Amino acid sequence: MATRKENIDFNHPVITIRDLYKSFGDLDILKGVSMDLFKGENLVVLGRSGTGKSVLIKIIVGLLQGDSGLVEVLGQNLEGITTKELQSLRQKVGFSFQNSALYDSMTVRENLEFPLVRNKKHLTRKEVQHSIEMVLEAVELSQSINQMPSELSGGQRKRIGIARTLILNPEIMLYDEPTAGLDPLTSIEINKLINEVQEEFKSSSIVITHDLACAKSVGDRIVMLLDGKFERQGKFEEIFDTEDPRVKPFYDYNFTQ
Amino acid sequence: MYFKNSKRYLIDLANIHRFVIRFFKEVFVGPYEFKEVVKQCYEIGYKSLPLMSVTGFIIGFVFTNQSRPSLQDFGAQAMLPSVIGIAVIRALAPLVTALISSGKVGSQIGAELGSMKVTEQIDAMEVSGINPFKFLVVSRVVATSIMIPILTCYVACVALLGGFLSVHQHEATSFNIFVAEVFNSLSYLDIFSSLIKSVVFGYTIGIVGCYQGYNSNKGTEGVGRAANWAVVMSMFLIFIEELLIAQIIQAIR
Repeated sequence: MATRKENIDFNHPVITIRDLYKSFGDLDILKGVSMDLFKGENLVVLGRSGTGKSVLIKIIVGLLQGDSGLVEVLGQNLEGITTKELQSLRQKVGFSFQNSALYDSMTVRENLEFPLVRNKKHLTRKEVQHSIEMVLEAVELSQSINQMPSELSGGQRKRIGIARTLILNPEIMLYDEPTAGLDPLTSIEINKLINEVQEEFKSSSIVITHDLACAKSVGDRIVMLLDGKFERQGKFEEIFDTEDPRVKPFYDYNFTQ
Repeated sequence: MYFKNSKRYLIDLANIHRFVIRFFKEVFVGPYEFKEVVKQCYEIGYKSLPLMSVTGFIIGFVFTNQSRPSLQDFGAQAMLPSVIGIAVIRALAPLVTALISSGKVGSQIGAELGSMKVTEQIDAMEVSGINPFKFLVVSRVVATSIMIPILTCYVACVALLGGFLSVHQHEATSFNIFVAEVFNSLSYLDIFSSLIKSVVFGYTIGIVGCYQGYNSNKGTEGVGRAANWAVVMSMFLIFIEELLIAQIIQAIR
């Protein structure tokens, strides 16, 4: 059986970013970020709160615009992209929000059905139902199909949020703090789910987190966002093999306390 | 400080202008959200009926009661149906319906979209390839533009019924004669101008509520502010519009 590393196609970047700058007013957030996400890869972006990790993935999905620099997603340059092209590109990029962002006036079924029937109008009622059952099974929450989001726990909401992005069968998954606010056991389950999704749906992922257990568990490669730039990248052990005072306390806090 | 406030005010104006232009661009281009428009019509129209019924009836009844002594002084109480008809159709029904709706519907829209915005539900729609502006804003503004005129007609009917009951308390007037008197004093221009006015009011309530909600920020505080401003701003605009449309109709008349 091929290992996960062997499934990564290093000749085929699905996201390419070069010299990306972004500021809000006088506050410079990203100061020349460059990176590639390869097909089949799970890339973890680590960094302290407020360093621009979420800003980065919001730029990738077109919710924010960079001030300058190149952002290419699935070969498409986001600069000058039309609204129609962006909408069609977004169907191939799943985005799992930090707080799940479930539509609270809809049941779980409606939450899953909503993006599907709007983006794939040719599907029959039966096919829609089948897709809903399939993704609910993937996140192991088939029994919650008729529940309202307010009736779900934090972990369940995260799972449904992930299921809602999976239903469009995206080529790229973007996870914004997938384990934030969850207890350690639920975090382990979510990490496991991210790995399973990557293997089952053959997607490439960017996981934004400051949870090192999550980074270690899901990351094929880790990049660390420091002072608006990717200063360190590599495997988990390589990242923390340093005395850099900006990096070391991160590891110490998570693993030696 | 003064410069900073002026700058923010101008930026706000530009954003509102862009929001309104976007609405007109999107409202005429498919795909249309018929199902959502119908759902919003139900929320805005049907669910407002009890409040509108009570308000309309009280306005008609009280207005007639209050007008009677003045007309009686001149021995002109026979003019009551005409006075009620003109007052209700020309001014009271559209204005009262709009003001109540801006409180009930405007704040609801502002708070709903505001909370969707701060919990990233609007962003979630956008990244799923759904146009949230069309789904949330266009459908609500279309629904208010349709339902406020219908509610205005309903409030006018209920207010006239209230007026009739007040008249009937003192004189044995038949309902048919009362209605005939009311409509004899009205022209098509009165009815038409009221309808146009209520469409404008409905549009204002919808677009202001949506703008405030769609652009809210700063967490829960922002949601409260969006709901509050949706009411304050739409009421203010409704009074300005009432003044302008009344002048235009007067000039046409």
